Amino acid sequence: MAAVKILVVAETKNGAVRKSTLEALAEARRLAAESGGALGAALIGPAGSGEAERLAQHGADVVFRVEGAPLEQYAPEAYAAAVTAAVGAGTPEVLFFAATAQGRDLAPRAAARLHAGLASDCVGFSWSGGGLVARRPVFAGKAFATVAFGKARPQIASIRPNTFMPLAPDPARAASVETVALGDVTPRARVVAFEASEGEVADLTEANVIVSGGRAMGGPDNFELLRKLCKVLGATLGASRAAVDAGWIDHSHQVGQTGKVVNPTLYFAIGISGAIQHLAGMSSSRTIVAINKDKDAPIFKVASYGIVGDLYQVVPALTMELEKALKE
Amino acid sequence: MNVLVFVKQVPDTETRIQIKDGQVDLSSVKWVANPYDEFAIEEALRIKERLGAGKVTVVSLGPDRVKDAIKYALSLGADEGVHVKGDGVALDDPSCVATVLAAAARKIGFDLILTGKQGVDHDWSQAGVMLAERLDLPHVSVVVSLELDAAAKTGRAKREVEGGDEVVEFSLPAVITAQKGLNEPRYASLKGIMAVKKKTIPEWTLADLGVEAASVGPEAAGVRFLEFSLPPARAAGKVLEGDPADTARELVRLLRQEAKVI
Repeated sequence: MAAVKILVVAETKNGAVRKSTLEALAEARRLAAESGGALGAALIGPAGSGEAERLAQHGADVVFRVEGAPLEQYAPEAYAAAVTAAVGAGTPEVLFFAATAQGRDLAPRAAARLHAGLASDCVGFSWSGGGLVARRPVFAGKAFATVAFGKARPQIASIRPNTFMPLAPDPARAASVETVALGDVTPRARVVAFEASEGEVADLTEANVIVSGGRAMGGPDNFELLRKLCKVLGATLGASRAAVDAGWIDHSHQVGQTGKVVNPTLYFAIGISGAIQHLAGMSSSRTIVAINKDKDAPIFKVASYGIVGDLYQVVPALTMELEKALKE
Repeated sequence: MNVLVFVKQVPDTETRIQIKDGQVDLSSVKWVANPYDEFAIEEALRIKERLGAGKVTVVSLGPDRVKDAIKYALSLGADEGVHVKGDGVALDDPSCVATVLAAAARKIGFDLILTGKQGVDHDWSQAGVMLAERLDLPHVSVVVSLELDAAAKTGRAKREVEGGDEVVEFSLPAVITAQKGLNEPRYASLKGIMAVKKKTIPEWTLADLGVEAASVGPEAAGVRFLEFSLPPARAAGKVLEGDPADTARELVRLLRQEAKVI
């Protein structure tokens, strides 16, 4: 079995490797180039025939392939067993997951099984004295912390999606594929169905553009204005805690400390004053646009661009202008 | 059904985080029960009410101040509370915390364990799932809906994932971590607040739990914080005022030509 310096646990959706895995591979490739050593990827469960090759083209030197009936649907115990088997084969010093819903569920299970430390939701890494140092947000992004690992190996981290750019695929790159056996495992919790939420373009945590509404939306009906704007932009709809707690929109849309922490390229805060819990969840967005009638609202302190005005006039005008501009 | 709820005490979400010498300054923080743990407490109370039998026990690990979080849970209707003293435990490391919580769970006994999906302080999102592994139990994390069949010892949960919910079937006992949306937590009643005064909260040390200090101390920690810092300040932006159509047009121009994001 080939030893690797870093092992990335690949996540698939409908048999295809997810973008967040390619992002993790890119950062792992950079770290492996600095330290020396090979980069492995663990491909677990059902996957299309070209996926091992895709992992290779995005940076993997070795692909550890783990298959078996208990892996047909996501089941944390079975997937943790698969990760443990891949770690046994590759004996990595560093183990990466993408901090997706699945990665956030699987990584602690695997870390506890491996008796090794886990830094979750990381946004940066460096080597220091041979060990890995991770940087991650705490208090939903109100602060950042650097984290070091104990003596146990591997050093495990999950990587926040949308933080790193995948490498451009290199068709010349190839990886050796090693089959890893999954031992006997009977998971006692398993996914039996998926219920898709309606009409969402991308999840908040993965979205490039987010349009969020707050207390000034005044009720559930006015979110229709924002849905129109979302449609024009291909954006995902978000909300402040005030709007969620008022019952105007489902909690799965909430951005902030008791909701999602997001980092899109473009974030619209509409009728959101900018309570500290909300700012924590969105202030790492690249460009922030605020629309609010109160020019002293705290949201303008973090906004790249602001419009002081009545959202019921500004949002329709903006939707129309964007529609025009994006058609050009 | 005996339901165990693990509650962490965290700084209130209104807290403005301040850094002093590379560490978070907690001197003037208002401490509250972790918001996600409130959903866990509420769910435990509802399970007991639905079944008309059983017990809800709340456990918190940490310094003496965490007794306030336990008392809060008792005031909502939890039957018993236990304070596990944090002396000597690497409390910033979820792995060490999970080891201690697992020992407390074994000592108390349970049919179901509930806790929040993450603490809103360090946001590790690990201890609940690690606890399941330590106890060799199944887990379901980030749960927004929970149905139990106490007789069959099975359950069905929905967990929030990208773009929807996963439906998960599991066997009991299990560890469930709660997401917002699981329920609407109640407020404490006057009767509940008065009842707390009559309850004693036992204090357990590592020795009481049979946990070796060296196995959960700083040397055993999987991760440790080196330094905290504030996020870089954002540069002041451009604020537009005036006619809605004009400002909208100017904003689109700026997003396109200056920010280059559309």
